[in-house]
Amino acid sequence: MVAQNIAFGIISGIVVLSALRMVTTRNIVHSALFLVAVLAGLSGQYVLLAAEFVATTQVLVYIGAVMVLFLFGIMLTKAPIGKSMQMTGTQWPIAAGVALMLGAVILYSLLDQFGSERVTEGGKIYRTADVGDEVFSTYIIPFEAISVLLLAALIGAIVLARKD
Amino acid sequence: MLLNQFLILGAVLFCIGVYGVLARKNAVMVLMSIELMLNAVNINMVVFGVQHEVVSGQVFALFIIAVAAAEVGVGLAIVLLLYRNQTSIDVEDFDLMKG
Repeated sequence: MVAQNIAFGIISGIVVLSALRMVTTRNIVHSALFLVAVLAGLSGQYVLLAAEFVATTQVLVYIGAVMVLFLFGIMLTKAPIGKSMQMTGTQWPIAAGVALMLGAVILYSLLDQFGSERVTEGGKIYRTADVGDEVFSTYIIPFEAISVLLLAALIGAIVLARKD
Repeated sequence: MLLNQFLILGAVLFCIGVYGVLARKNAVMVLMSIELMLNAVNINMVVFGVQHEVVSGQVFALFIIAVAAAEVGVGLAIVLLLYRNQTSIDVEDFDLMKG
């Protein structure tokens, strides 16, 4: 348990610092690379929680596919690379205030509700096969709906981005 | 491991994402901050799945990942279209529906 807590602490530190740099850095490509660090760290947290398939999917889909999409988006919109553009709007103190107040409310309610409750240890560990069984039995209709959603998003993206 | 340590990590990431969405001017950066918020939700899903010893938490995390991928695809297509029409991706320039 001690080893897990140490791993959690190190990964959380990296994740939170990277997330902070992601929303404050002035270089948009650095921002995308900090997002990669956040996603990789969260993948590590899923491994700590014994959610192996979610961790793998996180790496494949987010770091593999979504980040490439973001980098293409940055490239195609010819975003100024470097420190030339003002990346943060003038209303940033209000945004920081809203985020801090939201954080305070969530933290208060979490500490109030869950206090020092511990994660169930030694419980059943769900392997990839169990996840697959559940997706293709209980959640078969949501799964089909997701398939149609992805198809619709694919067609929508092509129709929107096509030049004519 | 405490349950709260994962939940608080999720809450902190969500708030950083909210700040990014509200404060950033670049539309691509706003989309990246939305991804951060969706990931913060995912970690809550997985940890509650472990806590209650059900597999549904992981299944819903996978569904959220799929929906996030679809959202990024359409979102970036819209940003590209806006860039083509306005030659700008500054969200403060997009006030066409302002009365």
